[in-house]
Amino acid sequence: MLLNSLPLSGCGVIDHVRERTPHDPVARRLGELGFVPGEPVRVVAFGPLGRDPMAVEIGFTRFALRRSEAERIVLRSSEETLHAQDRGFSQDEIAGQE
Amino acid sequence: MTDAAPLRVALVGNPNCGKTTLFNQLTGSRQKVANYAGVTVERKTGQLVTPAGRQVLVLDLPGAYSLTATSPDEAVTRDVCRGGYKGEPAPDLLICVVAATNLRLHLRFLLELRQLGRPMLVVLNMMDALHQQGLRVDVPRLQAELGMPVVTTIGTRRGGAADLLTALDAPLPAPVVQAASTAADADEDLHAQVRHLLALCITREHPVAKKLESVLDRWVLHPVWGMVILFVLLFVMFQAVFSWAQPFMDMLEAGMTQLGGLVGAALPEGLLRGLVVDGVIAGAGTVIVFLPQILILFLWILALEESGYLPRAAFMLDRLMAVAGLSGRSFIPLLSSFACAVPGIMSTRTIQNPRDRLVTILIAPLMTCSARLPVYALLIGAFVPAHRVLGIFNLQGLVLFALYALAIVSALIVARVLKRGDSDEHPLLLELPDYRLPSLRSLALELWQRARIFLSRVGSIIVTLSIILWALSSFPAPPPGATGPAIDWSLAGRIGQLMLPVFQPIGFNWQICVALIPGLAAREVAVSALGTVYSITGAETDTAQSLVPLLSSQWSLATALSLLAWYVYAPQCFSTLAVIRRETGTWRVVLITAAYLFGLAYVAAWLTYHITRYLTG
Repeated sequence: MLLNSLPLSGCGVIDHVRERTPHDPVARRLGELGFVPGEPVRVVAFGPLGRDPMAVEIGFTRFALRRSEAERIVLRSSEETLHAQDRGFSQDEIAGQE
Repeated sequence: MTDAAPLRVALVGNPNCGKTTLFNQLTGSRQKVANYAGVTVERKTGQLVTPAGRQVLVLDLPGAYSLTATSPDEAVTRDVCRGGYKGEPAPDLLICVVAATNLRLHLRFLLELRQLGRPMLVVLNMMDALHQQGLRVDVPRLQAELGMPVVTTIGTRRGGAADLLTALDAPLPAPVVQAASTAADADEDLHAQVRHLLALCITREHPVAKKLESVLDRWVLHPVWGMVILFVLLFVMFQAVFSWAQPFMDMLEAGMTQLGGLVGAALPEGLLRGLVVDGVIAGAGTVIVFLPQILILFLWILALEESGYLPRAAFMLDRLMAVAGLSGRSFIPLLSSFACAVPGIMSTRTIQNPRDRLVTILIAPLMTCSARLPVYALLIGAFVPAHRVLGIFNLQGLVLFALYALAIVSALIVARVLKRGDSDEHPLLLELPDYRLPSLRSLALELWQRARIFLSRVGSIIVTLSIILWALSSFPAPPPGATGPAIDWSLAGRIGQLMLPVFQPIGFNWQICVALIPGLAAREVAVSALGTVYSITGAETDTAQSLVPLLSSQWSLATALSLLAWYVYAPQCFSTLAVIRRETGTWRVVLITAAYLFGLAYVAAWLTYHITRYLTG
């Protein structure tokens, strides 16, 4: 499952960021922005035309990504995600746990 | 290091962590802000004196997410931190500014900077916002874990940086020696360390209230309501630029006229008076009049920038801009260019992709700037009847609107053409920062700086040009006993005759040709220049009034429409060209811009002239 296939308000946990080309600068930058394995993400909004770009919340931060950028982010299988959601795995509570 | 040499410190950190606010707070009233014309970005320096009397030179660096730079401004930050930016040694101390509200992201860059092994000081900024989020940071613990001093600040509050000032008096902290991770998954490693730090140092004091961002973004980023909000904000902004500025512009204009009168009365009749009154004061005056518009526009944009709304506007319009091969990041510079292309081009610094930035600079002059309004108003008033269309629209208003629309469509087409064959991916990857109430103090400082830059740089160019133009239209003086207007004998008059063969095919007469020259300095001067050429005297408003019947009797409709089409594309004023030179660092782009706009203007005017002549027989 890829990040760009999540619905509005949909949550997921990042499995990995895949490179489109070797040394993909976009994939690298995504990593630097905190899109790393194990991080929960949530879709906040879609752009007005063709649901592109999309706004994503990760940790304390929100980012606007084009769908082609979001395509690089692979999420964990839905069971793991559901499990995370069952536990009320929302951003604020992660901060609380820490 | 001796006591005499000032301590060189650099403010480093992620974008939007409050570096610049802190910088203004630190350098305060003693601020000496200089603009270094780098290739594409500027880096600011300022000075301060610590409580113990130590001289400190502060560098404010562009925000960066990582030392692996993806944009020219990030490269500046990387090079300064590593030492070797333009041959300068690395700063004595890196002050890493971290927003307490976004530790997860900002600590990663801090850890990356720590790997440089330089003396570092950590500033936890925005402590007030952290408390509102119901979180608490264990500062001593964080300090121990990081192995470097940590101070807390509130950049937006007066005296909020006191702890930082005190910390600058302490001896330089020893750098943390640490083996840099060479693993391929260095990012994951850094993020793991960040998570570890957060778990140790952050505690929740009370459950969090619903975040403001979640509530606001539901409306602001909504596909329908978001567009409505954007439209209303833009509409009010245009209103503000055009209507709020008017009283101040009238005041400035009256002031300049009075100044000219006073100086004119004080100086003896002759060359010097002509030079000072007609050359310097009149020339600089036509441009200084635009200062209120520029400042109001900047006030809006700065306030929107500080509030965190602009990236959201870029989000809403990204798809639309993609049609022209640009990204949402180009939206704001183009928006500013409706007032004046000068600030518009300056704000292209926010565009990361160099090619996107270049294309935005190239099409910004096509946006109908306010200086074109007097020209449009004069010609439309003289040649377009004030008919009602469909009972509600004024035909003159519709023509004006059509000229604006023509400019926008042309700009999008030009962008599309310039970006053809460009298959590079231009990432949006835009952070949507937390909403923030703009700080009046930093707004005022920034506006003051803009005003100074505008007055000193653009003003000096305009004064020089005005003197040249005045000289051209005053010399040589007509021989004794000569009849006809003096301008016929002047160089400007002869240049007009020389230019005629080039412009006759698009329907211009030699008087228009002469008016085009000062129109290059500032477009609206073309109106007063036409008045001069037709030997009409009087104040500028009167000139426009009496020109209307004169033009409609002397020009054909084809000539008038041709001149309108010309001014949609008109090779832009010299101040725009000067800013393009400064922002791109090369004359080549200036030449390309001038040439392509000239070509477009000529073709459009030629088509307009001949089609109109064909239709009107």
